[in-house]
Amino acid sequence: MSTVSTTKPVGVTAPRKVIPLRRPGRIVSAIIILVLVAQGILVLFTNPNFEWGVVASYLFAPPIMQGLWLTLWLTVVAMVLGIALGVVLAIMRLSSNPVASYTAWAFVWFFRGTPLLVQLVFWYNLAVLFPSINLGIPFGGPVFASLDANKIITPIIASLLGLVLNEAAYMAEIVRSGITAVDKGQVEAASALGMNRAKTLRRIILPQASRVMIPPAGNETITMLKSTSLVSVVAVADLMYQVNLISAQTFQTIPLPIVASLWYLLATSVLSVGQSRLERKFGRSDQQVSGQGNKFKQLFNARRPMKAGNR
Amino acid sequence: MNALPMVQVSDVHKHYGDFHVLNGINLSLNAGEVMCVVGPSGSGKSTMLRCINHLEKIDAGTIHVDGELVGYRARNGNLHEMKDKDVCRQRADVGMVFQKFNLFAHMTALENIMEAPMQVRGRRRADVRDEAMELLERVGLDAKSGNYPGQHSGGQQQRVAIARALAMKPKVMLFDEPTSALDPELVGEVLDVMRELAASGMTMAVVTHEMAFAKEVGNSLVFMDGGTVIESGNPRDVLNNPQHPRTQAFLSKVL
Ligand SMILES: Nc1ncnc2c1ncn2[C@@H]1O[C@H](COP(=O)(O)OP(=O)(O)O)[C@@H](O)[C@H]1O
Ligand SMILES: [Mg+2]
Repeated sequence: MSTVSTTKPVGVTAPRKVIPLRRPGRIVSAIIILVLVAQGILVLFTNPNFEWGVVASYLFAPPIMQGLWLTLWLTVVAMVLGIALGVVLAIMRLSSNPVASYTAWAFVWFFRGTPLLVQLVFWYNLAVLFPSINLGIPFGGPVFASLDANKIITPIIASLLGLVLNEAAYMAEIVRSGITAVDKGQVEAASALGMNRAKTLRRIILPQASRVMIPPAGNETITMLKSTSLVSVVAVADLMYQVNLISAQTFQTIPLPIVASLWYLLATSVLSVGQSRLERKFGRSDQQVSGQGNKFKQLFNARRPMKAGNR
Repeated sequence: MNALPMVQVSDVHKHYGDFHVLNGINLSLNAGEVMCVVGPSGSGKSTMLRCINHLEKIDAGTIHVDGELVGYRARNGNLHEMKDKDVCRQRADVGMVFQKFNLFAHMTALENIMEAPMQVRGRRRADVRDEAMELLERVGLDAKSGNYPGQHSGGQQQRVAIARALAMKPKVMLFDEPTSALDPELVGEVLDVMRELAASGMTMAVVTHEMAFAKEVGNSLVFMDGGTVIESGNPRDVLNNPQHPRTQAFLSKVL
């Protein structure tokens, strides 16, 4: 005879139905939030000081469109160059060559440690420090070409120098943490197959590091989009510059910043969508055959508990 | 008999700082034969195996694979370290299978197998693809060629890893405890693939705790302890009738 009884204990009836636990706190908090949001929206549309009519009339104005275009262009170019330089710096930082490693460290230390605004002003005024830029052999050797710093360092170049070098410093840290997150066994396997270091980096390490890097790099891009507004101080006609110009001329100090905010919001929203697409693409290798969902989502999703047949 | 062994390890020493991990190793593995290596944890088995494809540098001694000195060039009575390019070329001819599989996590089974023949050998995708599918069929996974490593069981991952190494058409295969990370019920499928590989004439060096496999498939068995070879010979002789007290002590614990 079995010692484990599978029959029901006498006198206990089987439960018929599962009654979900009531959570009244949830309903109360939802109502409070909805009331506050409704109030906010009402104020936004009924307060005449927002001047929505003025906002609408400037939203697609040609100078605003030109500024927006320049802002997007600066964001893309500065991010692409910043990421490229960041990858180089991260590889230098991780290299066994101490000169390369400390140089990268010092670069990050400096460009992350000083305000971007100061860097922009510095690059803009580079001609004051170095009136001419010479190409030649250092330490008093022959000079092949001498260039006028005032001509080379245009406001756009100064802006790009500031944005790219600053971004590279942040990206270097992101890339470095991505690379170190890749399992050492991956490098060993690649080496054992006869892959050289460059191929191992490009084909094995960086694609896997990208997964870790995409969320912070997405944040960087969104931050960059807004940081480009700083270039208006060095007379680059980006979105913020145009908005400031118009509002100074027309004294419309409220509606024009709203115009800028709407465009920045739209652009960051588009970027966020792109980011989640990329995350999904690089997360492909994570999907389980059984369709088991994201564990964290299940953990925080109290209303839909794990289905029994779903593991 | 063939005069030259496929792998010849002669008086190899290696240190990690002050720690003398390999203390004068001598081994020889003939072409087409299977050598099993056993010994307690920390005895230097993995290190020895990794020296054969120069994943680890040695401090003294020589290792030859197919008659060629590994990792160094002898010139004027000195050993000169090889260029990275030459080390890569040598490694391409030596297959290695790891305890933790180490499949490329961002690639499907098929992509894992195709990667090195294309990137290292520079071969054409179409040719490599056909061969890779044949290899997957050989390890019984042709139906799962599009799965990522995370979608395979441990045993399946290890079989893909074996196929990946075979795709380079290696002269010798090194196995570092290929079944130690597997659930017991998955060990058999990997050993089956290895058995078939041995029967096909592949030269293999296998670090393992599977004594039955060593007896059945091994042509020789090497017992290592403290960074040296304590005893070696026919697997049945060594396992049934160990001569050295340290071999006896080790086998009494694991058998
Ligand atoms: N990179 C390393 N640095 C320092 N010590 C190491 C390193 N790799 C292995 N060892 C040490 O060398 C010894 C032999 O290691 P290993 O060859 O992995 O042994 P086995 O495979 O026989 O268990 C162990 O004591 C281990 O701690
Ligand atoms: Mg080991």
